[in-house]
Amino acid sequence: MTALLETKSLTIRFGGLTAVDSFNLSINEGDLFGLIGPNGAGKTTVFNMLTGVYLPTEGTAQFDGQLINGKNPVQVARLGISRTFQNIRLFDELSVLENAMTGAHQHARLTVWESLFRLPRHYKEEARQRERAYELLAFMGLDDRAGLTAKQLPYGHRRKLEIARALATEPRLICLDEPAAGMNTGEKSELSALIRKIRDELNVTVLVIEHDMKLVMGICEKVQVLDYGETIALGTPREVQNDPKVIEAYLGGD
Amino acid sequence: MFLLEVTSEQIFQQALNGVSKGAVYALIAVGYTMVYGVLQLINFAHGEVYMLGAYFAYYPAKWAGYIPDEGGEKPKVPLYFIGVCILFSMAACAAIGMLIERLAYRPLRNASRLAALITAIGVSLLLQNGSQIMFGSDPKYFPRFMDRESVQLGMFDVSNTQVTIMVVAAVAMIGLHLFVQKTKPGMAMRAVSFDMRTARLMGVNVDGTIALTFAIGSIMASIGGVLIAMDQPRLTPLMGLLMGLKAFVAAVLGGIGSIPGAALGGLILGIAESVVGTWSTTYADAVAFVILILVLLVKPSGLLGKTGREKV
Amino acid sequence: MRRSLATLLVALAICAGMNLFLAQFIEEYVVQVINMVGVSIILAVSLNVINGLTGQFSLGHAGFMAIGAYVSAFFTTDLSYFNPDTAEYVTDPALVSSVWGYLGALIAGGVAAAVAGVLVGIPTLRLKGDYLAIATLGFGEIVRILITNFEKVGGANGLSGVPQFQIVLSGEGKDALALDGTFFIFSFVIICVLLSAQLQRSTFGRALIAVRENELAAEVMGIPTVRMKIFAFVYGAFFAGIAGGLFAHLLQTVTPASFTFMKSVEVVVMLVLGGLGSMTGAIVGAIVLTVLPEALRDVEQEADLPGIRMVVYSLVLILLMIFRPQGIFGQRELSLRLLRRLVPGRRISGDETPKPSEDRKGTEL
Repeated sequence: MTALLETKSLTIRFGGLTAVDSFNLSINEGDLFGLIGPNGAGKTTVFNMLTGVYLPTEGTAQFDGQLINGKNPVQVARLGISRTFQNIRLFDELSVLENAMTGAHQHARLTVWESLFRLPRHYKEEARQRERAYELLAFMGLDDRAGLTAKQLPYGHRRKLEIARALATEPRLICLDEPAAGMNTGEKSELSALIRKIRDELNVTVLVIEHDMKLVMGICEKVQVLDYGETIALGTPREVQNDPKVIEAYLGGD
Repeated sequence: MFLLEVTSEQIFQQALNGVSKGAVYALIAVGYTMVYGVLQLINFAHGEVYMLGAYFAYYPAKWAGYIPDEGGEKPKVPLYFIGVCILFSMAACAAIGMLIERLAYRPLRNASRLAALITAIGVSLLLQNGSQIMFGSDPKYFPRFMDRESVQLGMFDVSNTQVTIMVVAAVAMIGLHLFVQKTKPGMAMRAVSFDMRTARLMGVNVDGTIALTFAIGSIMASIGGVLIAMDQPRLTPLMGLLMGLKAFVAAVLGGIGSIPGAALGGLILGIAESVVGTWSTTYADAVAFVILILVLLVKPSGLLGKTGREKV
Repeated sequence: MRRSLATLLVALAICAGMNLFLAQFIEEYVVQVINMVGVSIILAVSLNVINGLTGQFSLGHAGFMAIGAYVSAFFTTDLSYFNPDTAEYVTDPALVSSVWGYLGALIAGGVAAAVAGVLVGIPTLRLKGDYLAIATLGFGEIVRILITNFEKVGGANGLSGVPQFQIVLSGEGKDALALDGTFFIFSFVIICVLLSAQLQRSTFGRALIAVRENELAAEVMGIPTVRMKIFAFVYGAFFAGIAGGLFAHLLQTVTPASFTFMKSVEVVVMLVLGGLGSMTGAIVGAIVLTVLPEALRDVEQEADLPGIRMVVYSLVLILLMIFRPQGIFGQRELSLRLLRRLVPGRRISGDETPKPSEDRKGTEL
C-alpha cells in the first residue's frame, strides 16, 4: 500500500534558522498518527508546510501521489487536506452553524449569479450545506448551540467547532494542531473519543500534533517524535515511550 | 493632448526646483513616519499641522504690524523677525500635536486600527474646518522676508529662498537624526517603536515618549509650513490636505518607520513631480499617487523599510 | 427566485407611487434631498460589501462613482469641446436620447466602474488594512486627476447640460404624469439592497465574511480569498458606478470636484456610523448623513457661522469612534427575528434555531 501522505527530506529555513530539517513522514490511509515533540520542535511549521501556508525550502511532500509543496492553501484544501489551528481561528462573527457551513463552501457547485438571483440551485446548495453542517455539529456535540455566534462559545467548544468546520470540507486527511490545548481532564478524554470516532466513523485519516504525551499515547497508533526540527523516534506509542532519546528530549530539555 | 517641446536644460532646472520642494515633503514625511513607527497609525491630521504651522508663523507678523491692510503699502520686515515667527509656530504646533494625541488618539490606543484611522480623518476634517472658521476661508498672504534674488549656478538658476529652504531643511533633518540616534529620549522613541510592551517593561515612559514623538513630528511639519510660506506665500485652510497626502506617499516610498527613508522619499517625490510638471502641472499631482501604487505593489516596505511576517 | 421577483415588482410599484406622490405634493428642494438619500444608500450599501462584509478598507469609492458618472453622461449628453486640430469648438450630439438608452448608459457606467474594480482588486492580493486604504485613496485621486485632464468631458469645469429622463404615463408637457429621477434612483436602491441582502445570505456572503474574520482560516477551508476579494470590489464598484450615473443625471452636471477623496470618506463615515458590516446600518447611516448636513445648513445660516456644520460633523465622527466604534447597529441587521427578540414574552434564545428540516426560505429578506 502506498502512503496517503509522504514527505521526503522536507526542510524550511527562515533566514539563517533551519526550523525543520529533512523531515520524513509517511502516513497511510486510515492511520491515527501522532506527531509529538517539546515546544519549539517545529511541529506547527510542518503543518504549515503541509497545508500550503509556508513554502518548504527543500524536499517534497506528496498527497495521494500528487506533489503538494508549492500549492497554496486553497489548492491543498481542494485535494482533501484540512486542519485546525493551535491558536483557534474561527469566524467569530458568524454563527456556529455558519462556521461549519463555510467548510462546505468549496464543494458548492453554483455561480454567484445563481445566489444573487436566487435560482433553484442556490436553495439546493444552502440545504446541502446546512444539512452537512448540522450532521457534523451533531457529531461533535455542538448541534444544540448552532445559533450562537462563534465568539459566544466557551473555549473547549471552540476547539470542537474548528474540527467540525474542518470536517465540513470533506477531507481525507485532517491535521489537528494541539486540539487538547487548554482543556481539562474531562474534556480531554471526551476529545480523545471524538478523534477516534473521526477516524472510525467518518473514515478520515488523522494527524495530531500534541505536546501532551498522555493524550497522544492514548489514541494514536503510530507516533513520531520531533525535536529541534529533527525526527528522533518513530513507532508505536509503547516503543516511543521507552526510547531513551525521547526521554532525554522531554526531561532533559525542559 | 499635446506635448510641449522641452529641453534637457529645462528638465534639469525643474529637477533642481524639485529638490527644494522635496525637502519640504521630507520635513512633513518624518512626522508620518515617526507616528506610524510608534502607533502604526496614519496620522491624517498631520497635513493640517503643517497648514497650521504656516498660519502660526503668519500671525506674529500680523500682530507686529507687518501685514498691510488691503491695498496698503508693504512694510519691510526685518530678517530677524522670521526667527520669532518660526519659534512661535514651532511651539504652537508642538502643543497642537500633543493635544491631538492626548484627546483623540490616546483613548483609542487599544481600539481597532480602523477606528483609529477614521478618528485621524475626523481630526483632519476638524482642523480644516475649524481653521476655516478661525482664520476665514479667504487666503492670507505671508510677508516677504527677503527679496527674491536668483543666483546663477553653472547653467541653473537658484533663488535665495530655495537655498534657504534646502539649508534649513537639511539642518533640521540632521538634527532630528542625531536626536533620535544619540539622545536618551531618542533611544526611548526607538524602543517604543520596536516593541511598546517591552519598552514599558524596561521602564520607558511610553505615554511621554509618544507625546514627544507627536511634538517633534509637529515641529518638523511647522518648519515645513513656514518654509513653503516663504516660497509660496498664499495660505489657505485647505493647503494641508494634498500636501499631507503627498508627504505620506513620500514616507511610504522611503519605507514607513524610517527617518532617512522619509528624507529620500521626499526628495524623489519632489524631483519626480517637478520634472513631470515641465509638461503638465495637473498631471504632476497624479505623480505622487502613481508612485504610491507602484511602491505598494512592488515593494510595500519602501526603499529603506523592513518587512514583517505574520505569525501563524 | 419567484419570491424575490415578486418582492422586486412590489417594490418597483411602491417606487412609482412614491415618485408620483413626491412630485405632486412635496416641494422640489425636499424631493432633491430625498433623491440624494437614494444615491447615498446605493453608495453605502455597495461599499459595505467591500469594507463591511469582506473587511477590505477601501477609500476609493468616489473614484468608481466618478467613472460611472462620466461614462453614463458621456452617452447621454451633448459634448461641446475645443478641438485643437481645427482650432474651433465642436459639439458631438448625445449618443442616446431615450429612456432605454439612459438605462443602457447607466449600466455602461456601472460596468466601466466594475472593470476598474478588477484593477483595484488586484493590488488587494498583497495589501491589507491602512496600506490598502491609502492605495485605494490613491486610485480615486488618479481617476479624478485623469478626468480633470480630459478635455472632451469638460476638464476641470466638468460637464453641464446632462439631461434628465422621464417615463410619461399620461398627458403632455408640464402637467404630464411622469416617472422621473426619483423612480430611477429608488428602483436601483431596491435592486442594490435586494441583491446585496441575497448575496449576504448565501454561501458567497459567508465566504466574504470568512475572509474578513480570518483570512488564513478561510483559505485553509478552501475559500478562494483572492477571487472573493476581487469579486467584492467588482460588485461594490458596479453599484458605485450606477450611483455615479444617477447622481450626474440628478444634478444635471458633473465636475471632478464632486469626486475628491472627501466623498469617499463621507461614504465610509456612513458605514461607520451605522455599523460597519451591517446593511441596515449602511442604509441608516446614508439617510442620517445626507439629511443632517442639509438640516445643519439652516442652523448655519441662522447662527451666521459658515463652516460650523463640518466642524460638528467631524466632532461627531471623533466622538463616535471613541465612545461607540461599532456604530449604531454593530454588525446586526434589522430583521424580523431581531424585532421579535425585542418584544418581551416572545424571547428566542440563541440555541433555539430552526433545524435543517424546517423551511428557512422565509427569512430571505
